[in-house]
Amino acid sequence: MTRYFTEEHEWIAVEGETGTVGITDYAQGQLGDITFVELPEAGSEVKKADSVSVIDSVKAASDIYAPVSGTVSGVNPALEDEPEMVNSDAEGAGWLFKLTLSDSSELEGLMDADAYKSYVDGL
Amino acid sequence: MSDNDNEDALEPATAVLPLDAWHRERGARMVEFAGYWMPVQYEGIIAEHSWTREHAGLFDVSHMGQLSVSGEGAAEALEALMPGDFSALGEGRVRYSLLLSENGGILDDLMVTNAGPHYALVVNGATKWDDIAHLREHLPDEITLTHHDEQALLALQGPEAAAALARIAPMAGDLRFMQAGLAIWDEVPLWIARTGYTGEDGFEISVPAEAAAKLADALVAMDEVRPAGLGARDSLRLEAGLPLYGHDLTEEIDPVSAGLAFAISKARRTEGGFPGADRILGLLADGAPTRRVGLALEGRMAAREGAEIFAGNESVGRVTSGGFSPTLGHPIAMGYVAAAHTEPGTALEIEMRGKRLPAKVTKMPFVPHRYHR
Repeated sequence: MTRYFTEEHEWIAVEGETGTVGITDYAQGQLGDITFVELPEAGSEVKKADSVSVIDSVKAASDIYAPVSGTVSGVNPALEDEPEMVNSDAEGAGWLFKLTLSDSSELEGLMDADAYKSYVDGL
Repeated sequence: MSDNDNEDALEPATAVLPLDAWHRERGARMVEFAGYWMPVQYEGIIAEHSWTREHAGLFDVSHMGQLSVSGEGAAEALEALMPGDFSALGEGRVRYSLLLSENGGILDDLMVTNAGPHYALVVNGATKWDDIAHLREHLPDEITLTHHDEQALLALQGPEAAAALARIAPMAGDLRFMQAGLAIWDEVPLWIARTGYTGEDGFEISVPAEAAAKLADALVAMDEVRPAGLGARDSLRLEAGLPLYGHDLTEEIDPVSAGLAFAISKARRTEGGFPGADRILGLLADGAPTRRVGLALEGRMAAREGAEIFAGNESVGRVTSGGFSPTLGHPIAMGYVAAAHTEPGTALEIEMRGKRLPAKVTKMPFVPHRYHR
């Protein structure tokens, strides 16, 4: 499984044609207390960089973008009752949704963990 | 990830307040607000919010404008610009008031204290330069207006604020809500008012900038007190049903629509003589066509500023501020709604991102005030 990162602070963990998408630990720290996660509908087709989800924190609402194009194959059901799970485990149990990738070449434009770390250190 | 909320237009150079380094040392996340770097949170908004409701939160509100107005006839001069009865305001008493435009629109909301030799005004940070210009233009020449930008302003808010502050300023315990007075602490003059913006008992303390860090240190050294940022300040004031200037109040909104008729003193209701009096007294008599109401939402998705409010298919208003209520555990909002739909309990819908969120008109405050009256 390979994990990629976007400049908008999403991560996608890819195994075969399936990617699991979430926001990074850095992103959850910036958002603060998360109170609601609006997830995409399973079966919906999304294009890379589309706004597909919205995370409400006490402070503001933030768009989450699709890191790559594909079809939403599932969402994290636990977030309905426990959106704060994105704060406590953003890069694990607080994942947002799964995608069936339609063009895996789009992954080439994303960062790996080291590149993302340098990117965040420079912010 | 990106914020949907538009920040207000910022001044080109962001200014630094006296406690800037103090906040950064304590791990605050600093944001630009009203032209200053301000702490939005330290450990987290919900934690700071809850700590303030249960104990005491220390807020830096030094961005606010601290003004004084003095001279023969100062009370009358202020009464020509605001609907308060300042001639009848006793020494050491504080009043909430409104700076009004010619047609009765709200230019700012503020606190006015009879401080003895002068009237002390505390105005919003984002509007203070406009307020100063407005006051300079309209106050008579023999009235002196002073901007005390050498003073910092700290707010200590919460049920344990009085016990904490009384340790360094015993007189604070004797003040009641909306009273103010001077304390001397370790040779530092502290002008203390039992006021605030959280709905809790608490104080706002004007302190010389060079002593602000020493005061903040002394307060957070106490078990009851933790620093709290602008984020918690906003969620606390929303729960308390208190409007935020620039969002819930603007120059286009009059005091009656805003539900702030209590700021029009009884004497002024018959005498008038304040800007926009004809229009405002007319609205008082006939009722305002739209009114500021509280809205409690079902579910967890928050309604934000600008969202449209519906009764069935009819658009009946707009949200002016909204967010998640940490105390209640669901989202709340305030907005302006056509008078026919303002009865508490009325079921409305708020449109957010193409969805209709069910909401009920709710009496404010959402969380009861606990002032020390």
